[in-house]
Amino acid sequence: MSASDTGHQEHPLSIYLWIWVLLFVLSTFSYLVDYFQFQGALRWNLIIIFMMLKAGFIVSIFMHMTWERVTLISAILVPPLCLLVLIILMSIEGKYTHSQRATFFGLDEAPVVEHHGKKEH
Amino acid sequence: MSESSGQVAKGGVVTDLVTDWGEDKEVFKVHWGKAMMWIFLLSDTFIFTSFLTGYMKVRTSATLPWPNASEIFALSFGGEPIPLILIAIMTFVLISSSGTMALAVNYGYRRDRKKTAILMFITAAFGVVFVSMQAFEWTKLIVEEGIRPWGNPFGAPQFGACFFMITGFHGAHVSGGVIYLTYVAIGVLNGRYEKKGYDIVEIVGLYWHFVDLVWVFIFAFFYLW
Repeated sequence: MSASDTGHQEHPLSIYLWIWVLLFVLSTFSYLVDYFQFQGALRWNLIIIFMMLKAGFIVSIFMHMTWERVTLISAILVPPLCLLVLIILMSIEGKYTHSQRATFFGLDEAPVVEHHGKKEH
Repeated sequence: MSESSGQVAKGGVVTDLVTDWGEDKEVFKVHWGKAMMWIFLLSDTFIFTSFLTGYMKVRTSATLPWPNASEIFALSFGGEPIPLILIAIMTFVLISSSGTMALAVNYGYRRDRKKTAILMFITAAFGVVFVSMQAFEWTKLIVEEGIRPWGNPFGAPQFGACFFMITGFHGAHVSGGVIYLTYVAIGVLNGRYEKKGYDIVEIVGLYWHFVDLVWVFIFAFFYLW
């Protein structure tokens, strides 16, 4: 018995085709978020929801994570959780740096520039 | 769903974890190449997340307005410019390639060499299209819009540095994937894996889907934010 006899990932084609279609639909939705210029909290929520759904389908179905053993799943999905700490720390740091620059450059109300469509050129 | 890892016991979550790690045998009951590819992808996840986190930090702390991606990446086909259209097309190209790759993996395990190879070549071709569009986008940004890693006419100078680093690194991954795919596809066609088994196709597939996965995050955070 060779090692390749274990852990084959063979599933009906229809699963892949369905997920494929779903990914197209979700991508269209994310694009439409920009096309219709949704702003503010709605924009963020939609972007994140569509992103997480797409990422979830790719990892769980296309990369077969659903059918793997817990040992592999946890070895791959748990370590990235510490990246959340990095993200949180850097988001605090970013706001702090911005406030320091605002003071240093003498901007009273430092314009927090993060929205689309506010600036023309 | 047929899972052919027949000889591996399936218990509860905790039982599986404890036996897999504790039974003094190989921990991951998959092809070794697949386990290694997953660990490589894990390290790559850290790289790309670090890039995106750096981008977030630089962007939130910028005092000049951040350039509007929706307008910069707009493209006009004779009429009104359509916002972000090039990026949308690139996204669809990459998703199409992910689909053909998933089918290739499936046909690989069915030992349908011809279909597997053809689907892999199609996947690689989509990859080439993607990289070409990226090259077009970079050229447009550098030559026409005057965007540089150290500054640009639209606002925050950090925009260029983030853009070129993140999309450049991703584009390098796609290019590498095209070479990897082509190499394996030729092997499939020549029957190089008849004895070793077709796990290699799934391993290439993991890499390719990961590249698509990274694009999902880049699309959301760089282009839609």
